[in-house]
Amino acid sequence: MELISNDTTIIITIICSAIVTYLLRIGGLLLSERLPETGRFRVFMDALPGTLLLSLIAPGIASSGIYGGVAAVFTAGCTYKTGNVFLSMIIGVGIVALSRQFI
Amino acid sequence: MNRNFTSGFAASLPVAASVSAYGSVLGVLAAQKMLTWTELLFMNLSVFAGSAQFVMIDMWNPPLPILEITLAVLVINLRYLLIGASLRPVFQGTSLKHKLAFMHLVGDENWAVTMAAYYREKVDTYYLLGSGVCVLIAWCTGTLLGHSLGTAISNPEVYALDFAFIAVFTALAVSMWKGKQNIVPWLIAALLSIAAEKILPGKWYILIGGVGGAMVEALLYREKTHGTD
Repeated sequence: MELISNDTTIIITIICSAIVTYLLRIGGLLLSERLPETGRFRVFMDALPGTLLLSLIAPGIASSGIYGGVAAVFTAGCTYKTGNVFLSMIIGVGIVALSRQFI
Repeated sequence: MNRNFTSGFAASLPVAASVSAYGSVLGVLAAQKMLTWTELLFMNLSVFAGSAQFVMIDMWNPPLPILEITLAVLVINLRYLLIGASLRPVFQGTSLKHKLAFMHLVGDENWAVTMAAYYREKVDTYYLLGSGVCVLIAWCTGTLLGHSLGTAISNPEVYALDFAFIAVFTALAVSMWKGKQNIVPWLIAALLSIAAEKILPGKWYILIGGVGGAMVEALLYREKTHGTD
């Protein structure tokens, strides 16, 4: 009844997803080399990592409640003062974990 | 061993901890959908994109909708176009072969770790690779552990493991802060992404916030140069 076996479908699905993902990665890098490297566009490209990273997390912080916000502020503050990413993460996670346990 | 590779690997250990925690949740879900250990490992190695893999597993109901899953992965991973583009200075002066080989292991986490380091000291692509290998090991360990433990870690929210990502990325964002010219663009990026996440389905909010914020910085830059002339 099935045209292709289930195992083959699984492998094809994974390969298609992998190809699409790889093409986006390499495509972004190769396309960027054809774009201008000066002026406003350069400022745009330089600003992109920061704004992109912030956009990854902002909705998560916004939806994690007051203690999520508090944790994010303490995490950012700790990184700013110490530069220690691991310590900052522990502090942030600790605040959220404690708030969920006790509050 | 290349020094950039080892420092990239070491710098990614904090983020690797949260990657494996997050991965264990995916492993549990994958086991429930009857994915085998080897299929999951194959997916980890070939796709290597956390949020896309979560959506794949979510849509993993026989008969597998190959086209729908591929399109969903395409949309979720559109941000890799921007992530790839932003890596241009790190890849400057490398051959096409080098680019083709090194771009596969680019995920959100090792990209963020590398860019944060790139602003402090000009690290090269081996740093990115070392970081990627560290994240890949953590990702495979986490997902496969979750897969074999099944429902042992059924409630990661209690330990705030879901917040581990936000915490690590928050810390990395601080390293990308370049000064007060970032205030307005970052505020716009945050507001746009929060609003877009509420209004639009999927992961469009990442692109909208990222592009919107960076565009604001580019526009402000032009005004400033006109003003000081």
